[in-house]
Amino acid sequence: MERQLLQKTTDLDLLRLAKAGDFSAFQQLVEVLQPRVYGLAFRILRQAQDAEDGTQQAFLALVEHIEDFREESSVATWVMKIASNHALKILRKKRGLSVVSMSEMSSGDSYHDMPHPEFIAPWSEPPDKIAQRAETQAEIDKALLELDEKYRLVFILRDVEGLSVRETTEALELTESNVKVRLLRARLALRERLTKRFGDAAPAMVPDHKHS
Amino acid sequence: MTCEEQLKALNGYVDGAQITELCDEFAQHLAGCDPCQVVVDNIRQTISLYRAGEPYPMPIEFQDRMKHALKAKWEQKFGTSAGQTLGGQSISGP
Repeated sequence: MERQLLQKTTDLDLLRLAKAGDFSAFQQLVEVLQPRVYGLAFRILRQAQDAEDGTQQAFLALVEHIEDFREESSVATWVMKIASNHALKILRKKRGLSVVSMSEMSSGDSYHDMPHPEFIAPWSEPPDKIAQRAETQAEIDKALLELDEKYRLVFILRDVEGLSVRETTEALELTESNVKVRLLRARLALRERLTKRFGDAAPAMVPDHKHS
Repeated sequence: MTCEEQLKALNGYVDGAQITELCDEFAQHLAGCDPCQVVVDNIRQTISLYRAGEPYPMPIEFQDRMKHALKAKWEQKFGTSAGQTLGGQSISGP
C-alpha cells in the first residue's frame, strides 16, 4: 500500500522533472511504464516486431508532447492513451481498407441475440493467484487473443488498461453505445470461457429464469 | 424489464454503479438471484485476471535500441546533452 502510494507520487514527480528537461527522470519513467506499454501493444498487435514499433513510437511521442500533460489523469493513464493510439495506428495501417470494420455497425453492436451465461460457478481461486502461474497465464492470454478483434480491442482499452468509455470511443472511433455493447459481449465471452476453466464445478448453478 | 435493459444494467453494475443507482426492478432481481450475482463476480474476476498478468516480457535488445532512440529524440528536442541527473542530484546507485 505504502509502496503503491510512493509509486504514484514518483510517476508524477518524474514527469514533472522530465517536463523541466531532466532526461534521467524521463528514463526512469520509461522504465516504470514500458512493461505496460509493451503489453498493451502486444495485446493489440499480436506480433513482437509490431509491438516494439508501437512501444517506441509511443515513447517518442511522449518526448514530443511531454509538456501537454495537464495532470487531469494519472501519468500512467495518459501514457496508455498515447500508447493505444499508436498501436491502433499501426493496426489500421496494416489492415488498410478492412480497418472500416473496426467502426462499422455489425450484428455484434446490438443487444439482440446477446449470448446468455451458460456455465455459472464461483471460481475456485482468486484471480491474482491464477495469474501467477505460467501455464494458466498462457490459457488466459489465448482466450483474449482468440476473441473477435472488435470485442478484444474494446476489452483491452476499457477493462485491462482502464481507459474511460469516452476515451475508448475516441481511440476506436466508435459510438458510446457500440463501446458498451461490444464490451458486454467481450466480458460475457471471456467469462464463459474462463469460468469453464477456473470455475468450481461442484456448486455450479443454472439460471432459474429466462430474461424476456 | 426487457432482456436488453437487464443486460445494460448488468454492464453498468460491473463498472461500479452502486445498487442504489440501478432501477429498482434490477436491484430487486439481483438481490434475489444468486446466479446473476455469481455472473457479476465472474466478470469482475475475469477483468482482475487480465489486469494482474503481464505476460509479454520486453526483449532486452529492444530496450537498448529504444533507449538510444529516445536519447537522440530528447537531444533533438531539448538541444542539450541527455546526461542530466534527476533534479540536479545523481540518481545512479553506488
